[in-house]
Amino acid sequence: MESTMAETNIPDTGMADEQQYLTFIMSGEEYGVDILAVQEIRGWEEPTSIPNAPRYIRGVINLRGTIVPIMDLRMRFGLEHIEYTATTVVIILKFDGEHGERVMGIVVDAVSDVYTIADGSTRKPPELTEDDNSDFIKGLVNVNEKMVILLDVEELLSIKNQLLNVAGSVE
Amino acid sequence: MSVDLSQFHQVFFEESFEGLDVMESQLLEMDPADVDDETVNTIFRAAHSIKGGAGTFGFMPISEFTHVVETLLDEIRSGQRVMQPEYVDLFLQSVDCLRGMLSDMQQGNEPEKERPAQLRAEFETILHGAAPVAEAAPTEEEKGSGWLIRLTPYPDLLRTGNEPFRMFRELIDIVGEEHCEIEADTSKLPEFTSLNPEECHLAWQIRVTREIPLADIKVVFEWVEDECDLVYEPLGDVATASPEETAPAVSDTSDAEGIQVPEKVAAAIAETPKKSAEPAAPAKAPKKANAESSSIRVSIDKVDSLINMVGELVITQSMLGQLGQDFDLSRLAKLQEGLSQLEQNTRELQESVMKIRMMPISFAFSRFPRLVRDLGNQLGKKVNLVTLGEQTELDKTVMEKISDPLVHLVRNSMDHGLETTEKRLAAGKSADGTITLNAYHQGGNIVIEVADDGAGLNEEKILKKAMEKGLVPESANLTPEEIHQLVFLPGFSTADAVSDISGRGVGMDVVRRNIQALNGSIEVRSSRGTGSTFIIRLPLTLAILDGQLVQVCEATYIFPLVSIVESIQISRRSLNHVTGSQYVMQLRDEYIPIVRLDEIFGLRDNVQDIDELMLVVVEGDNEKIGIVVDDLLGQQQVVIKSLEQNYTKVSGISGATILGDGTVALIIDISSIGRNITPVKKHQGKSDQAA
Repeated sequence: MESTMAETNIPDTGMADEQQYLTFIMSGEEYGVDILAVQEIRGWEEPTSIPNAPRYIRGVINLRGTIVPIMDLRMRFGLEHIEYTATTVVIILKFDGEHGERVMGIVVDAVSDVYTIADGSTRKPPELTEDDNSDFIKGLVNVNEKMVILLDVEELLSIKNQLLNVAGSVE
Repeated sequence: MSVDLSQFHQVFFEESFEGLDVMESQLLEMDPADVDDETVNTIFRAAHSIKGGAGTFGFMPISEFTHVVETLLDEIRSGQRVMQPEYVDLFLQSVDCLRGMLSDMQQGNEPEKERPAQLRAEFETILHGAAPVAEAAPTEEEKGSGWLIRLTPYPDLLRTGNEPFRMFRELIDIVGEEHCEIEADTSKLPEFTSLNPEECHLAWQIRVTREIPLADIKVVFEWVEDECDLVYEPLGDVATASPEETAPAVSDTSDAEGIQVPEKVAAAIAETPKKSAEPAAPAKAPKKANAESSSIRVSIDKVDSLINMVGELVITQSMLGQLGQDFDLSRLAKLQEGLSQLEQNTRELQESVMKIRMMPISFAFSRFPRLVRDLGNQLGKKVNLVTLGEQTELDKTVMEKISDPLVHLVRNSMDHGLETTEKRLAAGKSADGTITLNAYHQGGNIVIEVADDGAGLNEEKILKKAMEKGLVPESANLTPEEIHQLVFLPGFSTADAVSDISGRGVGMDVVRRNIQALNGSIEVRSSRGTGSTFIIRLPLTLAILDGQLVQVCEATYIFPLVSIVESIQISRRSLNHVTGSQYVMQLRDEYIPIVRLDEIFGLRDNVQDIDELMLVVVEGDNEKIGIVVDDLLGQQQVVIKSLEQNYTKVSGISGATILGDGTVALIIDISSIGRNITPVKKHQGKSDQAA
């Protein structure tokens, strides 16, 4: 009996209307991802490239026995490519895909900060273009007079989008 | 303190499924005309365990249903009834029904009610019907107005895992709550300080105030007969008296200090801490059962050998550790020796760990006798099933995935392959058809054959159908072997009428796809009039692969060693340019198409001269192709990791692995590489069809 009691009374984890975001810098802009999706942060290492993958998929690495694909977020966003250096950072994100939990790494310039952001303070991104890049922007938020772009991890890394983009990139 | 019973549910389900398998196989072997006592006993025991387990865990629909099955079995066992062929069918249906109920419960669903109710009704009809029911004991006594049961367990009762309260609950289920009065006799309880909670000091009197055959009650206490004093007395007029009055009269064991706790069995729990296993909420339990997790039974030999090897590994490790503490170059030889020992230990350990996953293929074959029997009845064909090589071991994952394709092949063989009895006799064959399932090892593969001695594939009919459906151009001129392969094309069926058994044409291509997903292959051999054989080749395991490492540009790829035929230096003279950039190479008397990995993987910007490169000739899908690589590296066993799990399926790649230096290398999928170049194969007919 005790065990069933315990199961029904799962304590609330934190405040419902607040979320923490890990932010990182790319080309001077600050982007944020849900901190609960972040598994770890690593340095850059050369991955094994995958044949016929979209350009922004740099390849796969061995993360303690798991094969993890690495996406270059600069290339994904159509930003100018810069050399990978010792300070280039790979953020390993985990999220629920169609077939269970998936893990993927994104290459960014540098990790910035962790912010606690109230759900109400985010604004919808303006629908400027038909650019499919705006699909994975969850919202914009103002932190200390500076704009942070919050990303939807699932949208960003989901297979469906990958394949659409692969199809689009084949001339 | 409450013990979570749900942790045992998985074991119960597994044991029950095993029990059902046993029942099924015994039923199929049984000849109703000449029933072996041992067979009936085996079936009975299996049913009884399922019932007992279901009762223990509170899976009432199952225990109730099994109860009627068991009752009929018991009558047969005790010779009161003679086995009939109809009974066998009914029992088999019950096995199916129970299996369905169990898997529903395993997934946390409510089991269906209709079918069990139907079958139960059939059992009841038999049990109360005109069949020769000759109760062993005189019926007069049996039909008393009730029973008094005195249960005085020996102190050891609880140690054997028997729980009186479960028996009571079962009894209440049988006779109904209002007809059952249970009194506990606590007079033998020792002082609290000297109480041993593992011993049973209680005794009980149970009054069943309803007309019920004694045998129904006895079933409840069957398991503990040897572990307690058990007295059944018919309840006469005493039954009308109140329990408080009668108790001292009938019970000599209870003295004046005895505390009478009529109908309040639950109160006894407080006095006896050992009874804490009482499931407070058995009805809730099935929802928690985890259907996802599966487990395997491993023979103790395999575990022992594993433990031995781990022991050796530990010794090697401590030796190396000692060596490392004060190491100088003079001890280099020793280090090398230690390392090679470590390598050997690791390899052996790996092999025995892999063996744990291996199960004899009889697990997959065991469902076929039933299938063949049922289908034979349905089709009106008499079919003998022969199974060979049942002890051949196969990885559990492969086994699970090969089961459905095998069922499909067997159904197909029975429906299309075997002729009707009349046609067989007309062709001078025996009236009974034969289906042979054979499994054996060949190289690094396991081969499973499904053979029938039927009419064989009808080439003209297949070709005609294929042309009708536009699968093959009208002008194609195919060899019989090529025609046979057509049955694997999607949308193909030669059955004249679509039946619920086969003929929808979604079969064989699915079979082939499933087998290819396991890195296996399927082919068919057939000869008119004598039968056809489907041959499935599968890798022994999905987890580990013997690989050939090759280098292409900067990257390292892995070829499955089993599919490599040979590796040769390319010579320009033997190359022929076909269309566009497609080359074929003359290798002895064959022309094999050539694939450049650097090209199809887009690795090189300007294509290098082919002269300096190596060619690996591989065989996939029964076609040889040559794959151009820069260089051959070593051979090694690699552990296959999924690329799909975190990424997506990549054409030409079957998976990934981690090399000794920690980097990832991709494993080449030979058959999909082969498919990439289908349009330029040598056979005109096939190239048209692909285009």
